[in-house]
Amino acid sequence: MDHLDELENQSIFILREAYKNFKNLAMLWSIGKDSTILVWLARKAFFGHCPIPLVHIDTTYKIPAMIEYRDHYAKKWGLNLVVGKNQKALDEGMNHEKGRIVCCEALKTQGLHCIMEEHGYTGLILGIRRDEEGTRAKERYFSPRDKNFEWNFKDQPPELWDQYKTTFADDTHIRIHPILHWTELNVWEYILREKIPIIDLYFATPEGTRYRSLGCAPCTGTIQSQAKNVEEIVEELKNVTTSERSGRAQDQEDTYAMQKLRARGYM
Amino acid sequence: MGNNGSAPDLSSRLLRLVIVGHVDHGKSTLVGRLLSDTGSLPEGKLDFVKEICIQQGKDFEFAFLLDALQEEQEQGITIDTSQIFFGTAKRKYVIIDAPGHKEFLKNMVTGAADAEAALLLIDAKEGVQEQSRRHGYILKLLGLTQVAVVINKMDLVDYDEKVYAKIKSEYTAFLESMGVVAREFIPVSAKLGVNIAALKDEMPWYNGPTVLKMLDQFEKKQAADHLPFRFPVQDVYKFDERRIIAGRVESGKLKVGDRVTFSPSNKKAIVKSLEAWSVPEQPTSASSSESIGFTLDEQIFVERGDVCTLTDELPIVSTTFDANVFWMGKRHLEKGRKFTLKLNTQEVECEVLEFKKAIDASTLETLSNQDYIAKNDVAELTLKTRSPVAFDLFGSIATTGRFVLVDEYDVCGGGIITTYTPTTHAEKIRDEVRTRDFNWIKSDIKPEERAYRNGHCAALILITGEPGSGKGPLARTLELNLFQNNFQSYLLDRRNVNLGVSADLNESTVEDESARRLGEVAKLFLDAGHVVISTSNAFHKEDQEDLKLLANPYQVVEIQVGTQSTSDADIILSLDEAKNTKEASTKIQNFLKEKKILMGHNYSI
Repeated sequence: MDHLDELENQSIFILREAYKNFKNLAMLWSIGKDSTILVWLARKAFFGHCPIPLVHIDTTYKIPAMIEYRDHYAKKWGLNLVVGKNQKALDEGMNHEKGRIVCCEALKTQGLHCIMEEHGYTGLILGIRRDEEGTRAKERYFSPRDKNFEWNFKDQPPELWDQYKTTFADDTHIRIHPILHWTELNVWEYILREKIPIIDLYFATPEGTRYRSLGCAPCTGTIQSQAKNVEEIVEELKNVTTSERSGRAQDQEDTYAMQKLRARGYM
Repeated sequence: MGNNGSAPDLSSRLLRLVIVGHVDHGKSTLVGRLLSDTGSLPEGKLDFVKEICIQQGKDFEFAFLLDALQEEQEQGITIDTSQIFFGTAKRKYVIIDAPGHKEFLKNMVTGAADAEAALLLIDAKEGVQEQSRRHGYILKLLGLTQVAVVINKMDLVDYDEKVYAKIKSEYTAFLESMGVVAREFIPVSAKLGVNIAALKDEMPWYNGPTVLKMLDQFEKKQAADHLPFRFPVQDVYKFDERRIIAGRVESGKLKVGDRVTFSPSNKKAIVKSLEAWSVPEQPTSASSSESIGFTLDEQIFVERGDVCTLTDELPIVSTTFDANVFWMGKRHLEKGRKFTLKLNTQEVECEVLEFKKAIDASTLETLSNQDYIAKNDVAELTLKTRSPVAFDLFGSIATTGRFVLVDEYDVCGGGIITTYTPTTHAEKIRDEVRTRDFNWIKSDIKPEERAYRNGHCAALILITGEPGSGKGPLARTLELNLFQNNFQSYLLDRRNVNLGVSADLNESTVEDESARRLGEVAKLFLDAGHVVISTSNAFHKEDQEDLKLLANPYQVVEIQVGTQSTSDADIILSLDEAKNTKEASTKIQNFLKEKKILMGHNYSI
């Protein structure tokens, strides 16, 4: 068993625990590489099926190619796609110029809030990883959120021997992180091994730029890169010294931006 | 080496390491030193921090380096202080850590439960302290046996061998009392880099390995493939025409064609196929740590919590066992309160039957006559579960010999199962049945072949009721009617068994033992494929339970005559209904058809 097998087996175990323990479960699909490998892992866990609805929070500022990709594969893979929007905030003209953190919170966190309320989800599967940034490093596989979506990262439940927090009070929900222990490099190695179709925004353009992390068009920048395919990205990552989310403007908004966003329910 | 400012090269497998010890005994200094001496720091980082120290007029300390790295992390750079990577020439390591959190024990347990080896730090000047002992005990409870003790800050005691020897003998005695042997006691100065990467001259009296050399001697956790096969069922899927039993192999190996048993239910089947999606070819075998799914040759009822094993390597099944437990809950672990026990995928209500020893984990002193333990303490105790659970002793198969305790919504404790002694009558019978099934010589004629010829499956029809309720006449009619319909029925009358098989029993042993013998005789008839009919006095509830256990794995149908008490009977007949034996017999036969026990010759029903 190599290291990718180990990661895959652990993630499948977590997905199955989530599916068994939560009656009303959903999985966030941002169209990025991480949540796309989650969809792939779910199909492995459930033998070709994906019995969990996929929620996509549409801020309407996403890069158009992402929506095309989403609709194409939702159909091809027979996925149950649920699209959520904070229509009220959009109608009121919310955009990143009102402040990136304000915008993320309104369109993403609140957008998520709305759709969770509407469908009554008590478990939410997300493709976050410990190596992405500091606050995610402190996460648990099964991480409780209170009724206001708030995360008490200073007092988290213990996790041992693959026994997770699967019981919780009414009005609260659990965030489930099946690929928490993967690294960015692992993700690309796995995409390479499994031949998972990934949106081509990650591959370098002839001008020598590519997206390393995907988000809304106004707040996501590209990096300089010549990596035109998955093999070349794997090679590139073995020698990289900058952080994965360096192209994500909301992270840089202030020193504790992600901590603030995440404590209030951001992915 | 791997650069902590970026994604480290994880293409080879890592050794997972945890560093524990009393607060201020030098954990961050040791981590900083390990990173620095193995060249695992981002370029220029060390000089940068040293420069800041000079500017601020402070002596450089490695702890500052960790703080600086952590600060960067909070600014969005991907160093991860909960997983710190470094490497030696031999291999790569990850230190699992969760610093600066309010509840240290919860985090220490979360990290250490996942580790393969541990370094336990003791300050040479302060000696063995509260957390040195508590952490030592918890490591033992978590089953972490690859432990080396690092005696730090030797520079503060002039590298005195006597100080080292004193701590070594004191802590050795402590570890010995728990049956743990430390691999080594390494005297170091993490701050000055003595005996971390290289042996220095300061302590010529020490001939053991350096910390890095010690780490390289630790072994990767062995795959548990050589142990008996254990597969706690996680779920059963029916997304398409396949009925797939899903779960993870905790130990051992499984292959297509294996005969398996599910415990505690004792159901048996043969593995028909291993299933997988998007693989080059369908697997035919699986080994430990793999999340797999398989189908069975017959449709037996299996659910989450059942433990699948090979039929000749069964786990223990019981409602009571002894365990060592550590507690992290805000409320006490105490007698008289119910908790949820989670053991692999089994979940069952439990309570503490007896505190054998409540222990203050910081001193290992017994808290005498104490029927509870508070947060951060440990205990040796006996647990009782509401229904039987399948497990192994932690010493034989660790992954199926440990559990957590949930209080309300939270995991509050963990434990390992140390011993198991069957105490109750039901446990003894259950053990006997399992040993019997284990050694049973099977006929070349399969039960389903007998069933095909007989037109029915073997089953025990147990008619229960108070004396004089008419069980006897009903049983006789049922036997006759079944026979008339060409089925192999046999009325096994307890008095007949007592006259012969149990004629040697004296007054004092007669009750339990005669029930056991009746059950064993019934089992022989069932093995021969018959529908066995027997009656039992309603007041002898235990006898009925014994009979059901002994008839396993054959089906038992209980017919209750009269409405004396609520029970789990399959059919309840009023006294009047039972009196009309012919109609009652038809009703029972219809039920047997419904349950597919009576199938008819060539499946004519």
